[in-house]
Amino acid sequence: MKYSVDENGFYGKFGGAYVPEMLYPNVEELRQNYLKIMAEPDFQEEMQSLLRDYVGRPTPLYFAKRLSEKYNTNIYLKREDLNHTGAHKINNTIGQILLAKRLGKTRIIAETGAGQHGVATATVCALMNLECIVYMGEVDIERQAPNVARMKMLGATVVPATSGSRTLKDATNEAIRDWINNPEDTYYIIGSVVGPHPYPDMVARFQAVISEEMKAQLLEKTGSENPDYVVACVGGGSNAAGAFYHYLDRPEVKLVAVEAAGLGIDSGESAATSVLGKEGIIHGSRTLLMQTEDGQVTEPYSISAGLDYPGVGPLHAHLHQSGRAIFESITDEEALKAVLELTRLEGIIPALETAHALAAIGRLGAKPEEVVVINLSGRGDKDLATYLERFNLDGK
Amino acid sequence: MENRIQKLFAQKPQALLSVYFTAGFPNLEDTVPIILELEKNGVDLIEIGMPFSDPLADGPTIQQSSEVAIRNGMTIPKLFEQLKDIRQHTQIPLVLMGYLNPVMQYGVERFLQKASELGIDGLILPDLPLSDYVREYKALFEQNGLSNIFLITPQTPEQRIREIDTHTDGFIYMVSSASVTGSTTGQSVVNTSYFERVNGLGLRNPGVIGFGIHNHETFTQACNHASGAIIGSAFIKALAKEGSLTENIKTFIQSIRLKENA
Repeated sequence: MKYSVDENGFYGKFGGAYVPEMLYPNVEELRQNYLKIMAEPDFQEEMQSLLRDYVGRPTPLYFAKRLSEKYNTNIYLKREDLNHTGAHKINNTIGQILLAKRLGKTRIIAETGAGQHGVATATVCALMNLECIVYMGEVDIERQAPNVARMKMLGATVVPATSGSRTLKDATNEAIRDWINNPEDTYYIIGSVVGPHPYPDMVARFQAVISEEMKAQLLEKTGSENPDYVVACVGGGSNAAGAFYHYLDRPEVKLVAVEAAGLGIDSGESAATSVLGKEGIIHGSRTLLMQTEDGQVTEPYSISAGLDYPGVGPLHAHLHQSGRAIFESITDEEALKAVLELTRLEGIIPALETAHALAAIGRLGAKPEEVVVINLSGRGDKDLATYLERFNLDGK
Repeated sequence: MENRIQKLFAQKPQALLSVYFTAGFPNLEDTVPIILELEKNGVDLIEIGMPFSDPLADGPTIQQSSEVAIRNGMTIPKLFEQLKDIRQHTQIPLVLMGYLNPVMQYGVERFLQKASELGIDGLILPDLPLSDYVREYKALFEQNGLSNIFLITPQTPEQRIREIDTHTDGFIYMVSSASVTGSTTGQSVVNTSYFERVNGLGLRNPGVIGFGIHNHETFTQACNHASGAIIGSAFIKALAKEGSLTENIKTFIQSIRLKENA
């Protein structure tokens, strides 16, 4: 079984580029150039130096002693939360902004759910002095206010997406429409392993630095590059793609993708695409997506804005269908419990998205001698308002 | 055998008017009445929009009409049910326009057969890639006598326009400028150099211009550079007005044709 993308942009039967003709030249330009530009020595040099000195890579691989004791196994946290801007998202935006510059683009657009990708994009735009427009669902603007403020402070224009469910799906629609309207000077920095080929592959490659570092760090700490489990949360799936990347062809490493069950799989308020989705096309990609019998995309729900997406990247659809990855789903309540657990056991406040991965530890059945790596994709600063309210910490 | 689109263009029409509407908008059962009124008012070709929740190539007007239509209960089976006797009432060329996902869920092969049975002449599926069409579906379209209409834009390279021209048999939908549907930012849609460049290619298929055509002026401008023009969002806005469907359609089409009738 092959897990990397084929020459037509497919992972098994998933992927491709189902875009209107208006987008064809943009997507094609990117397809023809991304691998070539990424291989150029000066591109690599600039990217590596920024990842080291600006983002703060490599991120630590931390042995979580008290968490490990609790679950009677060996748990390591890959600390993507310690990246500049607080999540893994910047690994990808650094890569794509350098690509955009080399393609001569002057205007940058992005979509965002939790705001982490929006902040990461606004950050690199400030760094490179490029105009930045971020589309964000109206609902998400409300529940992720700190990130909206950060984007504005960084000089980005935040445009509310007011159509549909007014969340990540609709922000993505609006960004795509902007790109149709501005085909020549604009570069679209997609934040996850979704969208038309080559985006899923390109974003996975930029995030692959996560598992590349993990291999070396695990070798040093455990004597083997391979853990028994790699666990990551999945909305679109970029942090999971990065954490899985270098282990895809090592079947002895179990890959665990954790989706948001929202209020419960059968509640009608969920975002667990692998369970509830059917094959179809969303945002230019053939993948699994939540939809009605008539092919209308349904509105997902999760407490976590970053996982509140009705589709999943085509790589993950393939990992699901081929059985290469184990898919779990975690409810809002379970995720919140995991937030508090990590905070109190390890002194780390995780993002709500990341908490879904943490909440799955108990389901792994990991043995005392086994090694589990959780990709700690982001920190919880942006979710403090939710935490205060849900944990009754605001004194009311 | 020629379908009605091919017959229409074989007559080398000038200033052809094609109108798009979203099936199920403003009301679920308006589909057939709108088709018949459009024909009565001298429209040449009709594009029936199959509403989709995430219409990427469409601006706010068609997005909103799609939302309403879906809420009203419009589905592909429902639309097919409404159209089951349509050919007993009109011979106007009919094109179904929509996004690939709902068609995939219905089943592409089953969809094409059913459309053909009902007397549909063509399809516009903006997110069906040319390469997939050629590889998987072209033979099925041809068996069912359906034209697959492709879009081109000012950014489409000549080689790709020629490739599209080879694989389609109806007309080529010339998107007037880089935009989603319903953009009326400029009064003018005359992207003369683009239209003339396309006209100079000596294509097999006629061109029809769409996107941004919203009144008599823009319609006339477009017709100076192509066989005709397509109006969508502006027509949907007219349908949403107070008053009867019949009156709204009549008033709108007259406002587009204006000087020819005068």
